[in-house]
Formats: sequence, structure tokens, C-alpha cells
Amino acid sequence: MALLEIRGLAAEVEGKPILRGVDLALPEGEVHAIMGPNGSGKSTLAHVLAGREGYQVTAGSVLFDGQDLLAMEPEARAACGLFLAFQYPVELPGVGNANFLRTALNAVRRARGEPEIDAMKFLKEARAALKRLSMSEEMLKRNVNVGFSGGEKKRNEIFQMALLRPRLAILDETDSGLDIDALKIVSDGVNALRGQAFSALVITHYQRLLEHIVPDQVHVLAEGRIVRSGGPELALSLEESGYAGLAAEAAA
Amino acid sequence: MSAALRETGENFSARYRGLASRLPGPPELRRRAAAWFDRHGLPDTRDESWRFTNLRPLAGLIFSRTEDRDGAAPGLLARLPPTEAPLLVLANGRMRPDLSRLDLSRLPSGTTSVASFAADPSFGNLSDSETNPLSALNTMLAEDGARISVAPGSDAGTLVLPHLASGNAEHPPAFHPRHQVRLGAGARLTLIEIALGTSIYLHNPLTEIVLAEGAELLHLRLQDESAAAFHLASLHVTLGPKSRYESVVLVRGARVARSELHAAIEGEGARLGLHAAQMLGGEQLADITTIVRHLAPGASSRQSIRNVLTGRAHGVFQGRIAVDRIAQKTDGYQMNKALLLSEEAQINSKPELEIFADDVKCSHGATVGALDPDQLFYLQSRGVPKEAAQAMLVGAFLGEMLEAIPHEWGRSLFEGAMQSWWKDRPV
Repeated sequence: MALLEIRGLAAEVEGKPILRGVDLALPEGEVHAIMGPNGSGKSTLAHVLAGREGYQVTAGSVLFDGQDLLAMEPEARAACGLFLAFQYPVELPGVGNANFLRTALNAVRRARGEPEIDAMKFLKEARAALKRLSMSEEMLKRNVNVGFSGGEKKRNEIFQMALLRPRLAILDETDSGLDIDALKIVSDGVNALRGQAFSALVITHYQRLLEHIVPDQVHVLAEGRIVRSGGPELALSLEESGYAGLAAEAAA
Repeated sequence: MSAALRETGENFSARYRGLASRLPGPPELRRRAAAWFDRHGLPDTRDESWRFTNLRPLAGLIFSRTEDRDGAAPGLLARLPPTEAPLLVLANGRMRPDLSRLDLSRLPSGTTSVASFAADPSFGNLSDSETNPLSALNTMLAEDGARISVAPGSDAGTLVLPHLASGNAEHPPAFHPRHQVRLGAGARLTLIEIALGTSIYLHNPLTEIVLAEGAELLHLRLQDESAAAFHLASLHVTLGPKSRYESVVLVRGARVARSELHAAIEGEGARLGLHAAQMLGGEQLADITTIVRHLAPGASSRQSIRNVLTGRAHGVFQGRIAVDRIAQKTDGYQMNKALLLSEEAQINSKPELEIFADDVKCSHGATVGALDPDQLFYLQSRGVPKEAAQAMLVGAFLGEMLEAIPHEWGRSLFEGAMQSWWKDRPV
């Protein structure tokens, strides 16, 4: 069975249907890309999977490792190994990044029945992860995302992902607003985790990110449905032909 | 005013009449305060400065004089985290040398003196016993209190003052301690006051603080009265030239609590700082009222108030900054922020600036809001359970106040009180 099984998923926001029957299977160890025009439901799919309030699931099911994902609180999903890299990471004034990360790490470890990690050991791991990602240790001393540039926020997401070591990462337009250097850092961070125990859904509007994170499969989302799936070459052909014409396919 | 509230007030007047000849100190001031209180009684919401703070829960309660020595005090005292600092303990408004640990020999000799109001009564320099109901009530009925003075130029270290209260639902006690703190020129002191109690009582302390030139007082106040009690406190601070009054206050509330700060900045270049937080739940009502008068040039006052309210709790902040004509180059700042954790919690915020000098910098502001759902979701998506995520965000809201405490024991005392409030919060 696939790690993530989405079947006939329909969801609406404030009574407006956004997802209209999404089917998708992500096998363990694979990285799939979800592409699509603005308004196609990419971010809604990411938020529904992570459990954000304000989205009503009206039909369908989502199994994560055989469990009913939609029945779980967001924190339980994280404890099972789901991680959402936010398109717009949230600022937490007054919450230090180190404290935040250690709290998150220990919450996930506790939920998995692993012992908590002490401050010293945490710092050691955090510094090692920062070094791998070419980020400054200064990051640990600052308040979570407060005063961070757009690129720093995205890198902070990848840093969190590196520490939390999820089984499934959903990257929600992590490439938007990144310059080429930051894009490289983010991609390297994802690629470093690739392996049998790590799967990812990479949501993006552009093909650019997929040159760095080469997906096993590409799915095209349009008007709330997956309208086409294929290998990495699908992303390239989309780059040439654009998303025009997909709407017609979606309606068909 | 309701007849029942009037009855509660009249009961205080009757107590004064019964005790008058036996009360310590000069009788004239008491007589005048009592005459004023007789005419005005307890304040009601028609009084502009009590508009938001309704004393109705007091109505019909008849308070008795207390010499309570029922033994609850040692148990309350044991709730405090251990400290090496000298302890000056009061129980139901009376000095308790038997519970105190006041080894003045540990301090540089002759630097600090501690006396009691009962043994050496003096009403200080206050003049509002015929205008302010809390002062009138205290002046009329004060029987004891702490008098602390620090000699010029000396550093008296830390002094901890627990105010313990043993209440009683059938015959609730009322006590009106009168405290004075005087710091000579260049003297320094960290004063940590902690009000703790059980059951129903009325605690009506009045504290007068006088800081001479260059004196520095760090004043930490933790108000953690019984949730059924009444706390009506007033604090009068006079700041001399270049003196510094830094105060951090945590109000965990009572049934009804009001804390008035009256500051007279009389000396050039003096600095006043107030960080206060009210954490309330259930049916609690708590009020912080400040009146800061800038009477000399080049002084600053900074007030930062935070409210965390849940259940049907009601928080009030009234802050007046008055800048006299001669107080040029005044720097005044006041901010009141409230975090409402329930639908029914409410906050009233009333800033007032009265500025008669032309070259000043004064600002005030207020914010009200709930916890940010985006922030909560962000934390939850990282595995932090909702309850812990809320606690983290409340902690962040109050973090600036904890950071403002340059005293390790005091900071851990406050941090512990915040955490236990969160754990046991009445919803």
C-alpha cells in the first residue's frame, strides 16, 4: 500500500468547492510533484492534508500509512511523520527559534514513544543541521520567523524539516520568492533526506524547482482534480505549453 | 448605590466608631477620613474613576476586625519557593515576627531599619484621605503595617514581604495595613511583595514609597489572593531627582481586585517603569489604575500592561499621565494589551493624557485580540499539542514582562505563578 492514499477527496472553503475529487497515491520513498495554475487547489490540498481549520472535507478519504489522516488533530499528523513546509511561514514574536524547535522536536519524539532530547544534545543536532544547510547559527537566537526575509523563512522551514525528519513532507510552493542560491539550499535540504524512509509532495507553480528536486512523478491539478500524471518530462512539456487547455480537460 | 453596598460601607464606619479611642497614632487624620467616608461610603460605578469596576460583589458582606491566628499562615508561607533573602511576614495585615526571618545583622550595619506601624504609627505625607475612598478606608482603620527605611548610599539587597491572609466565609475579616518604604539618597533596595490567601476577606493595604535623590527601588508585586477575596490596594510613590522606580506586577486576581498606583515624579530626570500583567478567569474582576504626575523636567515614565483573560473575567486598565507646565522633556509611554481567550471575557481600557508642557513626548496605545489561529496552527503542525501551543503563545505575550525582572528569584517566582495560573486557570 502507498504511504499516502488520497481517494475522491473533495473540500470546500466557506461553502465554495475547491477540491472536486482528488485521487493520488504516493508510494513510500518517492517524491511527487503537484503542479497547476493559480486557483487550481494546490494549497488547499496541502492545508487539508495538514489539518488546518476552515476547510470542510465534503467527500473522499485520506489514508496515511493506513490510518485515517482526516480524523487526526494537526499535532497528531505531525507526530505520525507528516510535515508541511508553509508557503507563508508564520511569525511568532516572543517565541525563540531554539525553544520552538526543541519543543516541536520533543513533542514529536514523545508522541513516537522516544525519549526527550536535552538542551545540549538539541543544540548539537541543530548546529549540525544548520551547517549542512549553510545557515547561520544566529537563526537559533532569533524569534521564530520575526524579521526574517522571505528566503530566510523558507530556509527555516527546511531547517525544521531536517530536524524533525518527517516520513512525508509537503512543500507548499517553497520555491516562491526564492533567489537561485536559496533555491539551491532548499533543494539540497530536501534531496539530503531522500531515501526509502522519506517521501514528499512538492507543490509548485513552476518547473524550475523540479530541476533541482527531480520528482518520480508529476501530477497536474486543475479545477480541483488531478487531470494528468506522468514522469518528470511532464513538467517540461507544461513549461512549454503552459496550463492553458488544462481547464478544458478538467471540465471534460 | 445599592442599599446592600451602603450597608457594607456603614459597617466599616461603625467599626471605626467602636475602635476610635484604641487605634494607634494621631486621631485627627483618622477622624477626618472617617467623616469623609461616612458621607461617601464605598465607591460605585457613578464615580467616574470606578466606572468599570463594580464593587457589587462586596454588597451585603459584613466584615469583621481580625486578630486571626488560626495557623493558616505557615501553610501559605510554605507555598513560596525557598529563598535566602530576609522575610518580613504579615498575616491578616499584622506583622508576624514569629514567622519572619529578618536577620538585619546580615545586612551592612545601620543600613536598613524595619519597624511596625503599630509600634510607631505615622501616616506619612499623604493627603488624599478625603478624596480617595481606598485611602479614606485605610486611614480610618489602619492598625499595623511595615515601615522600612534604607539609609542614604546603602544597598539593602532584597527584602521579601509575604502578605498572608486567612479568610472565613461566615465572618470574613477585613484588614487595612499601612506600609511605608523610604530610601535615602542613592540607596537601593529590591522589595518583593507577595499577597496570598484563602477563603473570603478584604485586604486594603496602602503603601507610601519615598525615593530620595538617586535612590533605586526594584519593586516586584505578585498578587495571588484567594479567588473569593477582595483586594483594594493603593500605592503612592514619590520620586526624587534622578531616582528610579522599577516595578513588575503580576495580578492573578481575587474576586474583585483593584490596584492603584499614584506616582508623583517630583525630581528632575527621575525614571519610572511599570510592567504589569493581569491573568484572570472565572468571574474575576481586576483593575489596574495608574495616575502618573510629571512635576519636574526631563523625567520618563513607561508603563506596559498585559491582560490574559478567560472565562467571564473582566480586566480594567485606567492610566492617566499628567504633565505639569514645568515638566519639559517628559518622556511618557503607556501601552495596554489584552489577550481574550474566551468569548465572554472583557477588557476596558481608559488612557488619559493631560499635558500642559509644550516640549514632551507622550504616547499611549491599546490592543485587544484573541490568540492568532495561524500561529496556533503553525505550532500544531509542528507536533505541539493545542494546549501547549496556547501556553507557548500566552508565554510569548507575557515574555517581555518576565525579561524585565532583573532578579533571578523574582523572575522564577513570577514564571512559576504564570505557569500555575495556566495549569489551574478558572475557566
